[in-house]
Amino acid sequence: MRKFKKPEVDLIRFVLPLMALAGAVFGFLVGTANGSPLAGTATGAICSVALAWVLATYVPSKRTGVAATTVLFGIAGLLIAGTGGVVGGLIVGFVLGWLSYWLFTGGYRAGTQTYATPGQVLWHNTFKFICGVIFFFLIAPILTVMPLSFNAENFFTFTPAMLAFDPEGYSLKHYRDFFTNPDWQQALKNSVQIAPAATIISVSLGTLAAIGLSQPHVPFRRAIMAILISPMIVPLIISAAGMYFFYSRIGLQGTYIGVVLAHAALGIPFVIITVTATLVGFDKSLTRAAANMGANPVTTFFKVQMPLILPGVISGGLFAFITSFDEVVVVLFVGSAGQKTLPWQMFTGLREQISPTILAVATLLVGVSMLLLTTLELLRRRSERLRGLSPG
Amino acid sequence: MTDATHTPSDGPMLTADGIPLKKSLQIALRRQKLRALVLIAPLLLFVLISFIAPIADMLFRSVENDIVSQTVPRTVIALQSWDYDDGKAAAPDNDVFAALYVDLSEAEEFKTHTRLGSRLNYETTGMSSLMRKTGRGIGRMDTDKYTEQFEALDTKWAEPAVWVVLMEQPGIADALPETASAWKSWQRIVANKGDVLAEEQPDAFIYTTLYRDLVKQPATAIAAYTGAEADLLKFADSAVDGFETVSLKDQFIKMDKDWASPQVWGTIKAFSSPYTAGYFLASVDLQLTPAGIEEQPENQKVYMLLFGRTMFMSMVIMGSCILLGYPIAYLLSNLPLRTSNLLLILVLLPFWTSLLVRTSAWKVLLQQQGVINDVLVWLGLVSEGDRLVMINNQFGTIVAMTHILLPFMILPLYSVMKTIPQTYVRAAKSLGATDWTAFWRVYFPQSVPGIGAGSILVFILSIGYYITPELVGGTTGTFISNRIAYHISSSLNWGLAAALGTILLAVVLLLYWVYDRIVGIDNVSLG
Repeated sequence: MRKFKKPEVDLIRFVLPLMALAGAVFGFLVGTANGSPLAGTATGAICSVALAWVLATYVPSKRTGVAATTVLFGIAGLLIAGTGGVVGGLIVGFVLGWLSYWLFTGGYRAGTQTYATPGQVLWHNTFKFICGVIFFFLIAPILTVMPLSFNAENFFTFTPAMLAFDPEGYSLKHYRDFFTNPDWQQALKNSVQIAPAATIISVSLGTLAAIGLSQPHVPFRRAIMAILISPMIVPLIISAAGMYFFYSRIGLQGTYIGVVLAHAALGIPFVIITVTATLVGFDKSLTRAAANMGANPVTTFFKVQMPLILPGVISGGLFAFITSFDEVVVVLFVGSAGQKTLPWQMFTGLREQISPTILAVATLLVGVSMLLLTTLELLRRRSERLRGLSPG
Repeated sequence: MTDATHTPSDGPMLTADGIPLKKSLQIALRRQKLRALVLIAPLLLFVLISFIAPIADMLFRSVENDIVSQTVPRTVIALQSWDYDDGKAAAPDNDVFAALYVDLSEAEEFKTHTRLGSRLNYETTGMSSLMRKTGRGIGRMDTDKYTEQFEALDTKWAEPAVWVVLMEQPGIADALPETASAWKSWQRIVANKGDVLAEEQPDAFIYTTLYRDLVKQPATAIAAYTGAEADLLKFADSAVDGFETVSLKDQFIKMDKDWASPQVWGTIKAFSSPYTAGYFLASVDLQLTPAGIEEQPENQKVYMLLFGRTMFMSMVIMGSCILLGYPIAYLLSNLPLRTSNLLLILVLLPFWTSLLVRTSAWKVLLQQQGVINDVLVWLGLVSEGDRLVMINNQFGTIVAMTHILLPFMILPLYSVMKTIPQTYVRAAKSLGATDWTAFWRVYFPQSVPGIGAGSILVFILSIGYYITPELVGGTTGTFISNRIAYHISSSLNWGLAAALGTILLAVVLLLYWVYDRIVGIDNVSLG
């Protein structure tokens, strides 16, 4: 097969003007921060053009070129703005170096057809850029919280000391506060007591019901399904209002049992959905074979059916757990001060903005959710393998 | 098929047990159905009790209104003959005030008059203080004149034991209907105080009703009574015409002149039925006045505004989710599986992160001393003095909720787009379509079901949102759900909260019905 020749890239008329533009943008930003936007723009553009020309003419190895530029700009940053400038310099250097190679080696055409017009190539890259921005929008807020939780001050924003990477600017005091403050510890304890109890109720009842629902002849299947799924459909504030009214009528409002019951009801739809989805691929002949060999229904269930649907049950349980663990609206109404959970404590903290301990808790919770996400993904793969839906 | 023997002569097919096959199959089927139901029953029961019953309770509360007819039952009955007549009517006559006197005497003991006052205060301001004031004054009315006059007639009237004997006689309710009814209240009051009925001299309201009965009842009715203490009663009946009378109406009006206002009586009458549409009317900025259904005064019209705002902001959030979600879903579905799975983590991580973590992140980013403002100031784009106000308004709510609900748009879109074959677009292009035409005429129409599913999901989720608008919405960015929460925990107007909740629930269920039509509830998948 004949290899397509890479289209020639015009250094003077294409690469250098674009690099000048990129350099000007960075220069403008740095310039405005230092009070002289015009000078910054001009210097940035000139430096960037010079850099691109040097790289394109003398440094054919991309890796060496990018590394050298990064280090160079890092040192420049250090000279201009001290320790804090190093990171900025490194980032600018890396971006400019990478951009030069991406432009003059034709990397920007990757992913498009060889015959694509310049307009198409431009659109392709703009689209990728837009997607990058949206991904940034999705993930940046969560990532911003993490460094802020190590703030040495009681601020919700980056202090100058943090930006200068001064060790003085960082501390674990918010984490210490979380682990020693009785309010937070009580909240953590309540959360840890409520969520598992609610999960156990929803998983045990939910699994049984899901098995019942997956039988071939179930009268009123749609109506029953609608009732069981309804806690997921009804807005939380309405569930909370109804439960508050009803539970205070029957004396469950403000009790541990009331909160557990409410959370169990909210978790049930997730268990039903995941377990019925697992049961769709379940081979009925396996239970028949077990019965044929003399196993009674209970043995069949625990020895044959349960191990096969276990991944689905566990992921349903995880959904139910996280529903209860993250839930705040219902517990706010159904619970009383004695059932204050972690999200509730965070909610009050955010409303009154008491301390950045919230950010430390948030960081810990992000860790928990990453762990859950990984577990779920592993379970899903295992379930598919067990059911023979995907190889290996 | 050895267990099914066919009898060639005639009759149905039989199983080995000799039962007709059809019947045997029916039994098996029934057993199967029963087993399924037995498995489902515990959960169904659990959900019915812990979830459906609360929702039903809320629906019931949105129309329930028995507080008026329970607290002042006699007044409600007595008021039936009174007509509000567009505010032109005078205050009702003494009969109604007498009924009110007995009702409130009992209510004061049980402190239910203040609850009644708060309830009626939702409809007419001033009712709460009127009830409190009357409750304080009801024991100090001039009606003890009746007590004194009866005692002067015969000292026996001052003996509690005589009263107990008299009121326990059969036929007393026919002779003295009002007194017999008031006596029941007196029994409850004494029981509530923990006293003994035979040792407590009745309150002035008992003497008042006795006086009224003796005046009103024809002499024959009193004469017809032949039980114990009949002579005492007959003697009182003959003497009662000479008694000094006390106008209950004047007494009440002296306590608070509002009792002369037909507005007050009209309100009591309008809300006297055990069920009311008043809460629903209030939810749509109308009010049930004595004169009928009217619009709320302009400065109290908040609910239609809030419903409108909730709808509008949910639309904006839905729109921004489509705008941001479509490119991502498109990118994910057109990348090789390995890369797209990797990028999908970036979508799933926010999806799995606690709602409060994401909301607090936005609070950190958007506030005036927050990260975004700091960066803008550092860059010199915004001066230190006029930092942008991005939180505690609609903008903050929209940005934070778009971020929170975006995964709910991306995931359904992605699952639809994955199934669109790329060959269609290539075919369109090879037939001469431009990139835009190929996308707009071939690809986009196939992705519309995904947009529909995602949009309805995002819309449903956002109109019921509470936490995020509460934390970043300030006063202009709050939703109807915040108002519901306010009525439950702060203003304690539970009926109105229930009515607002019922309307919201109806909207959500309607949307779900549409969703079910388009996508099918069974196809709900979790990431």
